[in-house]
Amino acid sequence: MKNLVLAAVAALAFGSAALADPLKIGVASEPYPPFTSPDASGNWVGWEVDFMTAICKQAALDCVITPTAWDGIIPALTSGQIDVIMSSMTITDERKKTIDFSDKYYKTPANVVATKGSGIKPTPEGLAGKIVGVQVSTIHETYVQKYFAPTAAEVKTYQTQDEANQDLAAGRIDAIMADSIALDAFLASDAGKACCESEGAVTDDPVVLGAGVGFGLRKGDPLLPKLNEAIKAIRADGTYDAITAKYFASTIYSE
Amino acid sequence: MMMSIGAVAAASTLDLLAYSPPGWGATLLKGLLNSIVIALGAYGLGLLIGIGGAFGKLYGGPVLKDLLAVYTTIVRAVPELVLILILFYAFTGVLNEALLAWGFDRVQISPIVTGIAVLGIVQGAYQTEVLRGGILAVPSGQIEAARAMGMSRGLLARRITLPLMASNALPGMANLWLNATKDTALLAVIGFSELTQATKQAASTTKAFFTFFAAAMVLYLCISLLSTFLIGRIEKWARRGQRDMRG
Amino acid sequence: MGAAWPTGYEGLMRDFLKPHRIILLAIALALVAFCVLKLRWDWLAEPKYQIALLQGIWRSIWIMVVTMVIGMLLAIPIGLAQAAGPWYLATPARVFCTVIRGTPLLMQLWLLYYGLGSLFPTIPGIRDSVLWPILRQAWPYAVVALSLSVAGYEGEVMRGAFKGVPHGQLEAAKSMGMPRLTILRRIWLPQAIHRVLPTIGGETVLQLKSTPLVSTITIMDTYAVAGRIRQDTFIVYEPLILLAVIYMVITGIIVLAFRWFERRLPTRTA
Repeated sequence: MKNLVLAAVAALAFGSAALADPLKIGVASEPYPPFTSPDASGNWVGWEVDFMTAICKQAALDCVITPTAWDGIIPALTSGQIDVIMSSMTITDERKKTIDFSDKYYKTPANVVATKGSGIKPTPEGLAGKIVGVQVSTIHETYVQKYFAPTAAEVKTYQTQDEANQDLAAGRIDAIMADSIALDAFLASDAGKACCESEGAVTDDPVVLGAGVGFGLRKGDPLLPKLNEAIKAIRADGTYDAITAKYFASTIYSE
Repeated sequence: MMMSIGAVAAASTLDLLAYSPPGWGATLLKGLLNSIVIALGAYGLGLLIGIGGAFGKLYGGPVLKDLLAVYTTIVRAVPELVLILILFYAFTGVLNEALLAWGFDRVQISPIVTGIAVLGIVQGAYQTEVLRGGILAVPSGQIEAARAMGMSRGLLARRITLPLMASNALPGMANLWLNATKDTALLAVIGFSELTQATKQAASTTKAFFTFFAAAMVLYLCISLLSTFLIGRIEKWARRGQRDMRG
Repeated sequence: MGAAWPTGYEGLMRDFLKPHRIILLAIALALVAFCVLKLRWDWLAEPKYQIALLQGIWRSIWIMVVTMVIGMLLAIPIGLAQAAGPWYLATPARVFCTVIRGTPLLMQLWLLYYGLGSLFPTIPGIRDSVLWPILRQAWPYAVVALSLSVAGYEGEVMRGAFKGVPHGQLEAAKSMGMPRLTILRRIWLPQAIHRVLPTIGGETVLQLKSTPLVSTITIMDTYAVAGRIRQDTFIVYEPLILLAVIYMVITGIIVLAFRWFERRLPTRTA
């Protein structure tokens, strides 16, 4: 027992000494191109990473990316393993019960992608009898459960969007619904080009599809106004548009 | 024609596994290093808990004995994955809440330390049982003989019980070391960048699933074969001077 | 009151209820009461979660039983090949056991599911084949990976068991002119299995504890359902506590069942 206590104390001392103060930005540890994905040397790259660098510079914060499993990212925030969620997380009323959100920093429509020539339409009728894949605990899953689940043969949930893409390419599922930008990136890849095509956007439902993507913070975190000001500032001075132009042909900030 | 396709495939596979970018070799090796560090740390922490737990279970007071029984029973009955999740959130969450309640700041605990602590607590339960069995298998005649010669408790433990226990417990402890290296893979599920997670990231970014998973299997197999070899040497050394029981 | 009980039972109760135990039990009860009263369990009242949990438990048990049976059946030839087979059977069996035991099950599962899945698009006509409805589902990969895992670990155990059967018995049978297959069927195999039986209970518990891994390939087992509930409700600890309790109960049932089974088994070891 004494050993256990000693070990715990040692672990604590070591842990707190090793990592002093930088703000831990929680990113889903699974690749979500073109927003967040690791490159071959293990560095995180993508639009959201560049955006974060700009925000942290603007707000004079010392930020460090901390990969965290997507399905546990909110508990990781509330239990203090990370300080901010920056993982294309949409602002929803349901999530607001548990955490605070900054202002939105991007918003894009949701699309359905299916295997080529499947004749699938992004409607409940168009997906009747099909297997639909979607990333777990996303707004898209809520949408699929609400609109498509009653008619679809099965709704399969994935820990990551990438696994859903992978299973669509492998033919294990018939269609996926996700953020249009992420799906465009998949369709532009070799695997996506070979197998699949976009079937267009789903009918909007603001209650489910939410108010855009924002930073997630612990309730009452004093950091919130600072981040909001930084978002406003880099949108005003053109930094935001410059970053966007690097990755996308058009704006990803729809009202 | 077929040959050239094969050559291209081989070249691109090697490119993907090359040490420097665009190859993912360095990332995989970094993951492997993390896995080994976590396994070593967890095994060491488990050993501390295990030795304490084994002696506690045999010679401790009734309360300690019962508490240890609860600990080993729960850990051995619940899947490692579930334990890792519970401890992962509880370890930092409860700690930080306690610190906040007492007016301190949150502490940041590095992922590696959390991983070591979580797997160490799991290892500790199994090692407690193995070491307890090892102590029980020490012939009581030897202990009585030492006592009769007036050896103190500390000396008895150091000279007689611990060395004999070590050789009795070696096969079980060796198995637990192999488990420790393999259990690090479970940390991938909570997003730790050890070998399995690094492999998955490399595989899903490049879509070369087979290449990377096979490469990671080879790395894990290397750890296991190397460990088995070293354990064999250690076992030989530990059993030196003992009569072969099998005659 | 007490006099009505058989003395054995009374003695047992006295042994169990030592003074410190009563205090520990009180603390444990207080902990349970705290968990029940102070934590959030309202989600358990929702029928959709109840149904999902029951389905999940059923899937976990189903996978555990099926893979245990298939794995044990595979372990017999693998063990025999290593113990007595010619080199061209013994070597592959040995390599198989080394690979399975030397690499994490999670990795094996992903190699099968994602590795094979990524090869599907390169195989023409696979989507029109008769096997496709099975190949596109997740459970066959889980069953194969978990069965092979049992086969690898138990194959090693079976090898030891085959080797442990006393040589004299086999030679006696041979000298009586028994054909080799009959010796295997009548003497060698039954004795080897008899030696392995006591380990099967423990192996089954280990197998139960491996089943949550299948949740990583989209199978909604108990673990996945609890994860689902956590993601829906953002409740951190409570579903995990329930999960731990569920697995402990199943483990308890397995242990008791095997203890009962072992007591019924005739012990013939000399």
